[in-house]
Amino acid sequence: MTAIRHEIRFLLNGLKMDLDDVRPDQTLLDYLRLERRLKGTKEGCAEGDCGACTVLVGRLAGDTVLYEGVNACIRFLASLDGCHVVTIEHLKRPDGSLHPVQQAMVDFHGSQCGFCTPGIVMSLYALWMRTPHPSDRDVEKALQGNLCRCTGYEPIVRAARALSSYGNPATDPLSLERETIIAALKAMRDGTRVEIGGGRERLVIPANLDDLAAILEAEPNATIVAGSTDVGLWVTKFMRNIAPAIFIGNLEELRTISEANGTITIGAGVSYSDAFSHLSRRLPALGQLIDRIGGDQVRNMGTIGGNIANGSPIGDTPPPLIALGATLTLRRGQGRRTIPLEDFFIAYGKQDRQPGEFVEAVHVPLPTPETRFAVWKVSKRRDEDITAVLGAFALTVGPDGTVASARIAYGGMAATPKRALAVETALIGKPWTMDTVEQALPAYERDFTPISDMRASAAYRMMAAKNLLRRFFLEMSGTSKPVTISRYEEAV
Amino acid sequence: MNKHTAPDLTSTKITGGVAVNLRHDSAHKHVTGEAVYIDDMPEPAGTLHAYLGLSTVPHGAITSMDLSEVETAPGVVAVLMAGDVPGENDVSPTGARDDPIFAEGEVQFLGQPIFAVVAETREAARRACRLAKITYDEKPFVIDILDADRNNPRLVTKPMKLERGEAEKAIAAAPRRLKGQMRVGGQDHFYLEGQIALALPGEDMDVTVHSSTQHPSEVQHMVAHALGIPSHAVTIEVRRMGGGFGGKETQANLFAAVAAIAAKRTGRPVKLRPDRDDDMIATGKRHDFLIDYDVGFDEKGNILGVEFTYAARCGFSADLSGAVTDRALFHCDNAYFYPAIRAVSVPLYTNTVSNTAFRGFGGPQGVVGAERIIDEVAFALGKDPLEIRKRNFYGETDRNVTPYHQRVEDNIIHRLVAELEESAGYAARRREIAEFNAQSAVVKRGIALTPVKFGISFTATQYNQAGALVHVYTDGSVHLNHGGTEMGQGLYVKVAQVVAEEFQIDIDRVKITATTTAKVPNTSATAASSGSDLNGMAAQNAARQIKNRLIDFAVTHYDVPREQVVFLPNRVRVGNQEIPFADLVRQAYMARVQLSAAGFYKTPKIHWDREKGRGHPFYYFAYGAACSEVSIDTLTGEYVVERADILHDTGRSLNPVIDIGQIEGGFIQGMGWLTTEELVWDEKGMLRTHAPSTYKIPLASDRPKIFNVKLATWAENAEPTVHRSKAVGEPPFMLGISVLHALSDAVASVADHKIFPCLDAPATPERVLMAVERLKREASR
Repeated sequence: MTAIRHEIRFLLNGLKMDLDDVRPDQTLLDYLRLERRLKGTKEGCAEGDCGACTVLVGRLAGDTVLYEGVNACIRFLASLDGCHVVTIEHLKRPDGSLHPVQQAMVDFHGSQCGFCTPGIVMSLYALWMRTPHPSDRDVEKALQGNLCRCTGYEPIVRAARALSSYGNPATDPLSLERETIIAALKAMRDGTRVEIGGGRERLVIPANLDDLAAILEAEPNATIVAGSTDVGLWVTKFMRNIAPAIFIGNLEELRTISEANGTITIGAGVSYSDAFSHLSRRLPALGQLIDRIGGDQVRNMGTIGGNIANGSPIGDTPPPLIALGATLTLRRGQGRRTIPLEDFFIAYGKQDRQPGEFVEAVHVPLPTPETRFAVWKVSKRRDEDITAVLGAFALTVGPDGTVASARIAYGGMAATPKRALAVETALIGKPWTMDTVEQALPAYERDFTPISDMRASAAYRMMAAKNLLRRFFLEMSGTSKPVTISRYEEAV
Repeated sequence: MNKHTAPDLTSTKITGGVAVNLRHDSAHKHVTGEAVYIDDMPEPAGTLHAYLGLSTVPHGAITSMDLSEVETAPGVVAVLMAGDVPGENDVSPTGARDDPIFAEGEVQFLGQPIFAVVAETREAARRACRLAKITYDEKPFVIDILDADRNNPRLVTKPMKLERGEAEKAIAAAPRRLKGQMRVGGQDHFYLEGQIALALPGEDMDVTVHSSTQHPSEVQHMVAHALGIPSHAVTIEVRRMGGGFGGKETQANLFAAVAAIAAKRTGRPVKLRPDRDDDMIATGKRHDFLIDYDVGFDEKGNILGVEFTYAARCGFSADLSGAVTDRALFHCDNAYFYPAIRAVSVPLYTNTVSNTAFRGFGGPQGVVGAERIIDEVAFALGKDPLEIRKRNFYGETDRNVTPYHQRVEDNIIHRLVAELEESAGYAARRREIAEFNAQSAVVKRGIALTPVKFGISFTATQYNQAGALVHVYTDGSVHLNHGGTEMGQGLYVKVAQVVAEEFQIDIDRVKITATTTAKVPNTSATAASSGSDLNGMAAQNAARQIKNRLIDFAVTHYDVPREQVVFLPNRVRVGNQEIPFADLVRQAYMARVQLSAAGFYKTPKIHWDREKGRGHPFYYFAYGAACSEVSIDTLTGEYVVERADILHDTGRSLNPVIDIGQIEGGFIQGMGWLTTEELVWDEKGMLRTHAPSTYKIPLASDRPKIFNVKLATWAENAEPTVHRSKAVGEPPFMLGISVLHALSDAVASVADHKIFPCLDAPATPERVLMAVERLKREASR
């Protein structure tokens, strides 16, 4: 039995905080605004979509500290144990002069009403530290999670382009003080479990993975909170009680990506951002998809494990993972089982997860060199939108030119992420030609009966789903270029 | 910057006069998070928080209301319903008395406020709201324009008709004729700072409300009515809003009224801030329209006669729908001369939230109708739409009478469009696009160049007045106040520039202060793009009064002729000597000269007779043009805006960089309206797009990949407006229409420009794909 601590510890700007009266559903934003009276961080939507509440969270990553923009509105205070929270109030220099990012925003007229501005400054701050000489694509990616209704963004992008001429991140206080901060954060990591409150106010931060397994076995109805990009909304939108809540964001054992024998294993706690750098090298199509999930803030918080465990029919990662033949490891206590990912999704809101069980890792077999793999997301707005239709394709063509294997999966077309088995059957064994594709299209009607909602009509979903197969063929065959629009130079 | 520095007494030009680039006065505070919005203000001890309970059905009689669990919930101090309103339970801005604060007996849309909970914390109030048990006898409801009875429609306000010539005859006699219909969607304002009010009870009947409003005087009147007290007891103050766009013109009334009622009831300060979902569900939006048109034209593309019907979803009450639908008709011509025209509005009652002002105020929907017929006429004749546009432009000396019988006397659209056509390389790019499309099976490109002519003035003539209050203190520093509100558009800095220019003092000597009904009374909404035109002139008037008193004083005191008193930068030359401005002020004070003045302005020339449909409703017009190019994916309907070029007229700009910000932002907001911003109600009357997760305003990555914005620097206002500048708030919004037409052009290419796409707005990827599919089907027949 590990030791138990009854407070959370973190750095807030320049202060060390020890809090023993944290509620499981207490958001970082409410804490900053209501208790600390740090009013620079704004509430725009309370659902992680507008970015007005963006703050930086520094977390230990090996021997360094990594600063990432997050949405304070859906980030729970308890998840910050052992982290450094940096708010807009920390940027101005002691002599009253502006931070380089702030000065650039002023000089390029990047604010009008000013309400989104602190959040945008924080996002640009994170960008500048990571990428001092950003491309337009870097800037746009960094701003995917920030809405501005006044400027049309042009002056903000101009400011971002100019950041490097305003200052050098190496001389930024967060760089100069890094060693001190790392030491402080390491000192907070005492390897203990954290438990605060009881009953409807109980929260637990497990000491390690085994501790999580033990806690969950004892409290099978607890809410597991990883990135809180969904659970956060249960609280802010629906005022749902999530106690007892188990915060797993700190568990390094769940944040690993490894590769062996042609299979990538992604720990359930790996964030989209963490996964991106690995996957964009090994599975570029998947990497590019991840770039279109949420904004940077959501990608820094949200986890692949959460995207799966949550069971949403419009989660973006399950269809490509299913197409690739991924398997899922679930754990209860010391017991583990591994199942095909597609079998995890039973029905709307129902997954094959037993009480006390949690998703530990997903295993993704790398496609063979002859496998053609693609995934496309279709949404009303290109970035930071929820999928209308998402199609993923893994297909091999035999030496005789016929389809040897096909795994096709869709999101947004059914109550769960779902394979297009009838379509696959209609393709396998047939010559890989446009005729075959056209003849396979009616099979979509057997595989799917999509719904109409505010994102898309059933008719559009069906039509776009079919057209993605056409696009897949066109791209593979190379007969028609370009096969899709692209905002950037390289094809997406 | 707040640094206190001694003014430069040798400079040849002041810092921050008119017609210079000057950053937003709050820029430093914006980027540091130090700018104070109402929710950031320190709350007085004892502040309570209110939250609204909303209806859950779109239409029905309230049969029972059990709020007992609400009342006994933890932290609850009071529950307010219709019967708790001390004065009138109404916040209708035009006196229609159809806009209850709390629904009484009947609810008319899903999301209508029925009660408010007042509690120790916002969370307690919010939680308690969910405990209400309300039952309804549900009634039939009308959500969509298409569901309304077209033969005998229920209207929320009196429709308008504009008529000049005999349109029906002209259309019948025309060589060519076409009829059509178009849907154009609504739009949520999505100001980043939501609605909010903080009410502080005072002694006697007094109450002060910090309200995020574009119209402090109206909020004052509404709070007074609701409390049943005189306006003098109510003070409304607003330093800044986190965005308004028309959404805080009348929509702030209810929140301020509830906060004020609660504050007077409990004797404690009360803050009311709905969450984003309630804000979007319970407050009005841009009107969506169904536009029917019938147009007669000749083989060259000259329009000979037009008939329009503009039917709008107004929601359950009148609000500003009369003026909004009027303005749609005022802009059904855009920049085009119609020899004969008949246009009517149909302001429909629907069981949806009452739609309201939104940047352009119906004008954009009017312009969309005009551009639609131009496009369709061009299609019918197989001509480039730009050729038809130019052919039908208002003349500069003839063919210049509008459907409302006002003559267009300041027309610069010909030169503006010619310059943009040239600088954007329109003709060459159209050829390149045709070549590209011939080679590209999946991706298709399209281009469009559309003009804007927008009428400036409130069409309700009485609103075209403004007041300002200027104090000069004995150290020569200046306190500036006026009726305009700051929502990010840079009004405060522009008006300060005017005052600095007038006194010839550096702008840091002019203190910008929060708008308050206690300093300047009976103000108009900061709306209709009128902010700097009206308040700039009023402030100039106030400054001139004081300046004239200083001149009078100098003439007497120094015994010099009047023309020898000249205001130089930060100093005044009196005869042969130069006296620092502050010194002259001090001397004037010693001589008991009044150093404070209330300024006033009313727009000349304008008048309007709505019954007759005749008059001179607009003081002048603002012009602009945009050329947009898009790529569409014909497999999914997704698109990218490749490039946009804009040339826009702000007269002799007071602050070019601020104006360019308005143009860039307006274009993107207009583009968003017509592309990804889609309001969706379900079959139960519930708005399904009530948060940024479901309602998609443009992102940085939706901007045109290439975006060139220029001011027509040669333009100046033909009318003597403040330093010959022009209004800039609304007109650029309509530049976004070029994107819709570029999308239509790209869609049309799949059928070799032989079939008209009839693309409705918003042109979401779904609508684009459906149009592509329809054209492909029809072309293959």
